[in-house]
Amino acid sequence: MSSLENKTTLEVLPRNKEKIRKIWKTALILLIITAVEFLLAFTMERGMLLFAIFVGLTIVKASYIMMEFMHLKDESKVLFWSIMLPLIFLVWLLIALSKEGAEIFLMRW
Amino acid sequence: MSSTAIEINSKRGTWGGGNEPLKASYGKLMMWFFLLSDIFTFAAFLITYGAIRVSYPAFSGHVKEFTPSNEYWPVPEMIFDAVPFLHGVHAPLVFVGVMTFILIMSSVTMVLAVEAGHRNDKDDVVKWLLWTVVGGATFLSCQAWEWSHFIHGTDAGTIMTYVNSFGQTVTETVFGANLHVNEYGPAPFAQLFFFITGFHGFHVTIGVVLLFLAFYQAAVGVYERRGHYEMVEKIGLYWHFVDLVWVFVFTFYYLV
Repeated sequence: MSSLENKTTLEVLPRNKEKIRKIWKTALILLIITAVEFLLAFTMERGMLLFAIFVGLTIVKASYIMMEFMHLKDESKVLFWSIMLPLIFLVWLLIALSKEGAEIFLMRW
Repeated sequence: MSSTAIEINSKRGTWGGGNEPLKASYGKLMMWFFLLSDIFTFAAFLITYGAIRVSYPAFSGHVKEFTPSNEYWPVPEMIFDAVPFLHGVHAPLVFVGVMTFILIMSSVTMVLAVEAGHRNDKDDVVKWLLWTVVGGATFLSCQAWEWSHFIHGTDAGTIMTYVNSFGQTVTETVFGANLHVNEYGPAPFAQLFFFITGFHGFHVTIGVVLLFLAFYQAAVGVYERRGHYEMVEKIGLYWHFVDLVWVFVFTFYYLV
């Protein structure tokens, strides 16, 4: 019965033009970065520099998705850092496994 | 009564209970912490990919002269160069670019649905959720084709010397890919492809199911009766996460 009692007509607010424009702007930025990555993959020589550019652009894209689309920047500071800080452990995993991979390479070849 | 309750709360402080220290609902918090754990899972996959990749020699010649072999790690743009309906055309990374575009666009329609939910605009929520479902289903169809092509392989295949499942060393033409041998490179190349894109595709599948449920519930007015569209927001978080993972898979599996 409670669902019937709750039957209220919600007030529909008008579209927030500015917010919607910002969403499309973020989308455009994401697509442009992807296009640039695509372009670089075929025009630049493969190497450490290209790898660094790819990693940098990927992190830029990831932060746009997390901050703008997932609204993480609008959450409280405690929530923000309880999501971001644990990611530090991944840096360790990256260092440890890269070393591991390089050592296996030396053993094999 | 109400004034008493406020007094007790002020003595308890932020973490004393009776309020929301993180200013988010239980459901949203749990979705965030689930996603954090999922980030670890996917990061472990991708870092493992990196570790296994550097344990093999890289292809040393010029990219254009690349020929597949299980002696060295393949150059991805020379492997993922097929597009549906264009048999035999060398179009490096074009199809995966289209897939990325589709997934980013479905993320945009998702955030528009969440925005409409904040305004209690049922028609807009239903419209944008339907577009997101369509985008997700299209992405999955593309991935199904990609897998099918990867498994069946090219017309020519690659002549390889490898140890087969009976423990014999054989030299023969290998077509396509399975978990034991593949025509593109060392065995872990296909194994990691199946595990990483497969696990991501599994997440997309769950996302499409959840989105369809939210679409249905929004359309029949469940959220309107409930008084808020928070469920759309929670499923939205999950869907953006799927997009986030693809951004990393795209870079580390296809571009690098």
